[in-house]
Amino acid sequence: MTRYYTQDHEWIEVSGSEGTVGITDYAQGQLGDITYVDLPEVGAVLAKGDAPCVVDSVKAASDVYSPVSGTVTEANHALADAPELVNTEAETGGWLFRLTLSDPAELSVLMDRAAYDAFVAGL
Amino acid sequence: MNAPNKAGWRPAMGDAEVTASPTASGDKALMLEEPLIFELGRPGTCGVDIDEADLPPMDALASFLRAAPPALPGLTEPEAVRHYTRLSRQNYAIDLGPFPLGSCTMKHNPRLNEKVARLPGFADVHPLAPQQTVRGALEVINQLAFWLIELTGMHGVAMSPKAGAHGELCGLLCIKAAIAARGEDRHVILVPESAHGTNPATAAFAGFSVESIPATADGRVDLAALKAKLGPQVAGVMITNPNTCGLFERDMKAISDAVHAAGGYVYCDGANFNAVVGKVRPGDLGIDAMHINLHKTFSTPHGGGGPGSGPVVLSAALSPFGPLPFTARRADGSVVLIEEEDAEAEHPQSFGRMAAFHGQMGMFTRALAYILSHGADGLKQVAEDAVLNANYVLRSLEDVLDAPFGGAGPCMHEALFSDAGLAEGFSTIDIAKGLIDEGFHPMTVYFPLVVHGAMLVEPTETESKAGLDRFIGSLRHVAQRARAGDDSLHGAPHFAPRRRLDETLAARKPVLVWKEQAGE
Amino acid sequence: MRYLPLTPADRADMLGVIGAASVDDLFVDVPGEARLSGPIAGLPHHASEMAVERHMAALAAKNVHAGAVPFFLGAGAYRHHIPASVDHLIQRGEFLTAYTPYQPEIAQGTLQVLFEFQTQVARLLGTDVANASMYDGSTACWEAVAMAARITRRGRAVLSGGLHPHYLATVQTMARFTGDVIDSRVPELSAAPDDDALIASITPDTSCVVVQYPDVLGRIPDLAKIAAAAQGAGALLIAVVTEPVALGLIEAPGKLGADIVVGEGQALGVGLQFGGPYLGLFGCRDKYVRQMPGRLCGQTVDAEGKRGFVLTLSTREQHIRREKATSNICTNAGLCALAFSIHMTLLGGDGLARMARASHARARQAAERLVKVPGVSVLNSAYVNEFTVILPSDAREAVRRMADRQVLGGVSLGRLYPGADALANALLVATSECTTVEDIEALGQALEGVLA
Repeated sequence: MTRYYTQDHEWIEVSGSEGTVGITDYAQGQLGDITYVDLPEVGAVLAKGDAPCVVDSVKAASDVYSPVSGTVTEANHALADAPELVNTEAETGGWLFRLTLSDPAELSVLMDRAAYDAFVAGL
Repeated sequence: MNAPNKAGWRPAMGDAEVTASPTASGDKALMLEEPLIFELGRPGTCGVDIDEADLPPMDALASFLRAAPPALPGLTEPEAVRHYTRLSRQNYAIDLGPFPLGSCTMKHNPRLNEKVARLPGFADVHPLAPQQTVRGALEVINQLAFWLIELTGMHGVAMSPKAGAHGELCGLLCIKAAIAARGEDRHVILVPESAHGTNPATAAFAGFSVESIPATADGRVDLAALKAKLGPQVAGVMITNPNTCGLFERDMKAISDAVHAAGGYVYCDGANFNAVVGKVRPGDLGIDAMHINLHKTFSTPHGGGGPGSGPVVLSAALSPFGPLPFTARRADGSVVLIEEEDAEAEHPQSFGRMAAFHGQMGMFTRALAYILSHGADGLKQVAEDAVLNANYVLRSLEDVLDAPFGGAGPCMHEALFSDAGLAEGFSTIDIAKGLIDEGFHPMTVYFPLVVHGAMLVEPTETESKAGLDRFIGSLRHVAQRARAGDDSLHGAPHFAPRRRLDETLAARKPVLVWKEQAGE
Repeated sequence: MRYLPLTPADRADMLGVIGAASVDDLFVDVPGEARLSGPIAGLPHHASEMAVERHMAALAAKNVHAGAVPFFLGAGAYRHHIPASVDHLIQRGEFLTAYTPYQPEIAQGTLQVLFEFQTQVARLLGTDVANASMYDGSTACWEAVAMAARITRRGRAVLSGGLHPHYLATVQTMARFTGDVIDSRVPELSAAPDDDALIASITPDTSCVVVQYPDVLGRIPDLAKIAAAAQGAGALLIAVVTEPVALGLIEAPGKLGADIVVGEGQALGVGLQFGGPYLGLFGCRDKYVRQMPGRLCGQTVDAEGKRGFVLTLSTREQHIRREKATSNICTNAGLCALAFSIHMTLLGGDGLARMARASHARARQAAERLVKVPGVSVLNSAYVNEFTVILPSDAREAVRRMADRQVLGGVSLGRLYPGADALANALLVATSECTTVEDIEALGQALEGVLA
């Protein structure tokens, strides 16, 4: 399994052609208390950069962009009752959705952890 | 001598050192708690005497009848008057003190306005009454329309929009119709990043795509960046002037000329018209459409969040496309109502109707009374005093609060500050909540978005100098506490009917209606 | 000037603090050619309170107000008795001159009223939730159509012929600019609405079916049947109520299966005011709440654990979501919602039912009187407090001539549907608990007179 990061603060963990997407711990810290997550429907076909998911805090609503193209296979329904998981477990239990990658080559432009940490440190 | 002081009553000051114990009621003297009507009322109670119906429901209604009356408790008049009066005391209001919300123009609401709006000839007139019975109502609409046109130097006015955002929609629909009439397809509206949120929301609702224009370092629209975006796809721009930083857009005429040259139209958000009413006519700056918030510039009450009223003045280019219905003055001086059936003859290019009936008549009577009270000379004084008061606030506080554009010259009707210079861990919200404890409503906070921790103070012209000095003194005190890192500010407000409220809880687990089990 | 507290001495002092020589120096950013040198020419100057009141009173006197004559107009705006305490309470400065409750610690009065209002509206309409009000019924109706399109991701709305024509026109105006397809029709003059024909118009791409209840002719559609058909096709049922008092007598639309219920709340607590300001009612199922337009008030607790109220779910709204907001609406009809809520509180559910029954009884009496006028018949098989009568000649003319006789006798369908010749002889007659037996007799005689 390999984890990649985007400049928009999403992470994607890839295993074979399956990916799990969430937002980074840094991102949740910037957003503050998450109050609601608008999840994509299973079967939704996404192009890289689409915004299938919205994360709400009290005073902001932030689009989450899909790091890669693919078809949604699962959404994290635990977030319906416990959106705070995105705060407490942003990069584990607070994942947002899973998808089947249609073009794994898109991963090549994403960052690894070290590159992302350096990117955040420069913000 | 009779028995001295038989009742035992003698004046006593009490001991100020003694701390209070909690009250049984939860109330604290004049600080009164109040339950919900659902906790107070009883089913079957009614505060209105209604004669029993002398006929039962018709047989044909049998299958439609409600199984039971709505499950709503009633209160008698004394209970209801007390409930709402007690609730009212938990509100801040202009009648209690300054309400310096930037962009909102919270000025005094003259009571003459309320009186005339309640004349039965205005308050008790049906919108579909035969025209012959509503000549005075049509005359009010037409007289107000005349004033709005004259004050803005425009060609026409659409009176029916129900609020500012509805007026924005009206203006953009005029633009869309005008472009369609030219046989063109333009789908982009340019909006400065400092704009009110309604601007991009309205443009999107009207089917346009929105592109943002950056601001210059001095808080104004970047003319060069705007020109670079113009082209055959651009339907128009939405500019707020004076803008949301409280500054006049010096390049407004150049912006209008450039947009017109590129085939687009200029929409002006008129939320801040109070700064220039009677001093500057938007029509002279090349504006094609501008809504006027009667509840801001023309003093109709905000009512705890509405109703508003948003007539839209229109240039000669856009007037043919304005909505139905409207009033027209005939050569003989009479005023008539133009509705759908006369549209073909009178207004064939109208984009249609935006709402039932004729607009916010109850606000028209109030606004007309206000305008007639001030006249052309008084309205000019309104703008001058509003701008004078704002600059006085700006210059009286810029040594303790960062004024990001203060060095660039005077502001218009509102003074903008930022949270720069506050102690580590202190921000705009602490200033706002601290002001609440001082007995003032805070200014607009965190808007405009282009300034970090923005605080936008709009005193309006109806504040006296003495009142402003008290406000300035309090804001100065709170700002100094925030600069010094006074931790007690974090807990503010301490003295309001409620402490800070848990907005996260409200949004995570929404409770939007009262339910038995959700009660206490 | 009585509304401007600054004195010339104040102004001079303040200019000194600012460091400006004159107030014109503060307008230096306005280009010279756009700066007016004096008051705008040709306009009157300031006037005393007495002079303005005299001017306005003279204009008011040119109108025939509803309370002065026998009065039977409805069609989306209704005259009911408003208890004196309603207008007194809404004029308390703490309500009248407050702003949107953005600082909840010092706006609990407004917020608690909104929470109570939302609950009252939801219970009246039979919906899970309701918002803090919209501009009016017609714009609420359009917002509901747009909301249904967001939920179903479909763009074709089917509108019943019984929908108020101004509401239809409002929806059509908006749809023209958003690309939604509006399938609409004018009403047929039948005793009951043709629900089956409406149901037959539902297609697989229909987002919603919009049905007024009671409809513009005062007839009562079978909402449960239409709801089942709409939902069976994956569409939503939007019920539109222009006369909320009717819901004191007939079943709540939400209870009959409507997914969204919108309405005009004016009839409770708010005067006729020549058409505005009114208030839009907006309720829906719980599961659609995040697609709702408009302000919502929610319950929470403060830092000491005390119950309190805040505006919530704001991320749907324009000030946060900007071009992605559910609506551009930036206000509610706060003061009108307060008036509605106070009136509703004074009535309670039982009082509302009594008011509806009294209004209905007057309608039955009016109908009985009008059918005695030669050539006049009642269209509706059922109605609450508004019904349609068919005259032997053009109803617009009859309305004008009745007005000449100081009777405001109803709303002609010719006024509402200009050019629809088949409807020209139809007259809408509305009653309320304010209607007297004498009013009804005056209407009968006026109609006899103008038709003779």
